[in-house]
Amino acid sequence: MTADTGMRAWLLTEEPTSRRHARLAAWYKGWLTLRSNTLAMLGLIVLAFLILVAIFAPLLATHDPFAQDLGQRLLAPGEGGHLFGTDNLGRDIYSRLLYGARISLYIVLLVVMVAPVVGLIVGTVAGYAGGWIDIVLMRVTDIFLAFPRLILALAFVAALGAGIENAVLAISLTAWPPYARIARAETLTIRHADYIHAIRLQGAGPLRVVTRHIWPLCISSLVIRVTLDMAGIILTAAALGFLGLGAQPPSPEWGAMISDGRQYILDSWWVATIPGIAIFTISLAFNLLGDGLRDVLDPKDDNS
Amino acid sequence: MNAIDISNLDVWFGSGADRADAVRDVSFKVADGESFGLVGESGSGKSTILRAIAGLVPTWSGEMTVAGETLGVRRSKAFYRKVQMVFQDPYASLHPRQSVDRVLSETMGLHGVTDIDKRIGRLLDDVGLGPGFRFRYPHQLSGGQRQRVAIARGLACEPSILLLDEPTSALDVSVQGEILNLLTDLRQEHKLTYVMVSHDLGVVGHLCERIGVMKEGRFVEVLAVDEMRRLEAREPYTRHLLESSINSIR
Amino acid sequence: MTNDAPLLNVENLWVRFSSRTGVSEAVRGISFTLGRERLGIVGESGSGKSMTGRAVLRLIRPPGMIEADRLEIHGEDVLGASEKRMRRLRGGRVSMIMQDPKFSLNPVMTVGQQLVEALRAHERVSKRDARKRALATLDEVAIRDPERVLNLYPHEVSGGMGQRIMIAMMLLPNPEILIADEPTSALDVSVQLQVLDIMDKLVRDRGMGLMFISHDLNLVAKFCDRIAIMYAGRIVETCKASELRNARHPYTLGLLNSVPDLEHPRERLEVLKRDPAWREAPSVSARQ
Repeated sequence: MTADTGMRAWLLTEEPTSRRHARLAAWYKGWLTLRSNTLAMLGLIVLAFLILVAIFAPLLATHDPFAQDLGQRLLAPGEGGHLFGTDNLGRDIYSRLLYGARISLYIVLLVVMVAPVVGLIVGTVAGYAGGWIDIVLMRVTDIFLAFPRLILALAFVAALGAGIENAVLAISLTAWPPYARIARAETLTIRHADYIHAIRLQGAGPLRVVTRHIWPLCISSLVIRVTLDMAGIILTAAALGFLGLGAQPPSPEWGAMISDGRQYILDSWWVATIPGIAIFTISLAFNLLGDGLRDVLDPKDDNS
Repeated sequence: MNAIDISNLDVWFGSGADRADAVRDVSFKVADGESFGLVGESGSGKSTILRAIAGLVPTWSGEMTVAGETLGVRRSKAFYRKVQMVFQDPYASLHPRQSVDRVLSETMGLHGVTDIDKRIGRLLDDVGLGPGFRFRYPHQLSGGQRQRVAIARGLACEPSILLLDEPTSALDVSVQGEILNLLTDLRQEHKLTYVMVSHDLGVVGHLCERIGVMKEGRFVEVLAVDEMRRLEAREPYTRHLLESSINSIR
Repeated sequence: MTNDAPLLNVENLWVRFSSRTGVSEAVRGISFTLGRERLGIVGESGSGKSMTGRAVLRLIRPPGMIEADRLEIHGEDVLGASEKRMRRLRGGRVSMIMQDPKFSLNPVMTVGQQLVEALRAHERVSKRDARKRALATLDEVAIRDPERVLNLYPHEVSGGMGQRIMIAMMLLPNPEILIADEPTSALDVSVQLQVLDIMDKLVRDRGMGLMFISHDLNLVAKFCDRIAIMYAGRIVETCKASELRNARHPYTLGLLNSVPDLEHPRERLEVLKRDPAWREAPSVSARQ
């Protein structure tokens, strides 16, 4: 216990002794803020659980997610050793759900690596440079924003061909403009701050100012926005899957599973409902976490 | 040799019908090692002059020679080694996400200083903060401590001219005294030239030898501090300013 | 109610904030009274002076907590009052002027609308009468051409005029107590005096109680009858403004001497050497 309190005191110090110490202390304080938010912690736990499930899917699965058994089709949950029942081809829904988590997280990860990054670059460059660069970049953003997101994604997928990677690309291409807007708005408020002037007065060029001084301040609001959008991304992926333009049939993507179950929704409710609950849970978890991160990442003073 | 030589400086914001002239036809010289004050009410253009010198306002005309360099629209990196600025609000002039160490080491890195670790320690001592403050973040510092960090940043590359934009107006009077003393000491130690903007005649009178009084973007008059202390102002506006600040102080 | 009963009666007032790192005490057991006089409360930032002003009107939000043995406005208990009653008190019997008029005036309403609204929130008056009284009050705060000013938006007036409008707005419902929290520190020196003179005159003419909160000891000395000096949430010294020169507490002296004086230049300014004992010394009562 003493070791624990010693560690805690070390992390909560007001006088860090090294760069690493200072960074760890800052992280620890952020973690404490997050931990005091019950709902955000709930979201985090659900997500951690989901990631573990995705990683250990082969161990947890009771059946082969692709194995069809037409004799066992549309069994209700609990029947014949199928926890969540079976779908119209007799595949075990529980096992498919586990493998589906991999696909959902894969999609989320890829989108997160593309859309906010593109948005951040476009937005901060536009905001900091101003003038015609700003006008050109923001009008391009407006064009993307002018289309309904799903329709635009549909058009991209139609042009690129169906498949998960293309769905991800389509979602990313339609998801970046709001990030660009946020990043630009943030940049416009930060750009005239004295600390930006101060670093410019040290002879720092625009590249350094944008990447090292403006980005760190924009990233927090983007991270929050991303976690809040995560639900939308998963739903869009699911919608594409539902329309048959995302993951292709045998693969257990949640949206595609709902799409399959749609025909049987009246007499075999579980086929569509169970993946629906999964999508709902992950979306809610991301939303809750996003709300909590807002408190942690708020760059304003937290010593009040 | 003059550290700063400015003649016929005009500074404006906006263009066409929206153009607002902030500084009109201002000329003054500051000798090496001198401390020059600019006073006036808010909106009189005193801060704008500093910002124009520092290169934060690109829309100006006239001639400015600072630290031996004739200034154009852009400033060279060498210029920023010689001229630095301290801002008014210490709560706004430090990056909220960067520790004191990061602020100072980046500044030195930009100027190609090599023995950064040793220098940061000395710099923090110089501004009276000590090594315990090195890895703190701005939100862990009080207003006075932040302003000391900002001053340390200004001194990091050992400039010869320091532009001070109301460096104490956001601080408590008791802390103001500490910062003013620090500025006095640093000036002696490092042979600095100051140009200080303030609305407080007491502060300017304490730190500066000559004072330019501004109104509506123009110089009303330039006084030596002794003349000001004896309340020997020629212009009625200056006299009005003097009276109101004498009254408010005593 | 007799006339000598204090307008404001505060005994052993504490303001605490609880946070992760423990409970911090912003105000630590201070006592004071306010009669029909001008009381100055002076201290550095963090000394608890603004918290005191806010606590009187119960304007401290959770996690802040107010405790007091006695906290009465004109004999009425504040801590036990309902939120509805508090809304009547705030702006009705007790008004508060904040530091920066820019943040206190609503930017999308004209000055006139705001003044009329402020009055009608506390009194049943017709719009016409309210407008008439608004005009009269603007005239009192030395605003020339009040008719024109009524139709302006806050961004169209200068800082000094904005603060005078705030004063007018706060005085409209005829409050008995005015709490002014750094009313002029956002203004230029030459305007400061003018605004303070106006405030001073109105407070005297109406026989109000003024609680003037500021970090500027000299300014307070000029405009107040009594001064209470706060340090670390306690009152360390209290004296008549006219006897400030005889102040004895080293903190008070430090505050006085750290101001650069144009007419009496010094090589170095005196710097406060903070003694930890000041923090522990019991609070001096500023009751009368």
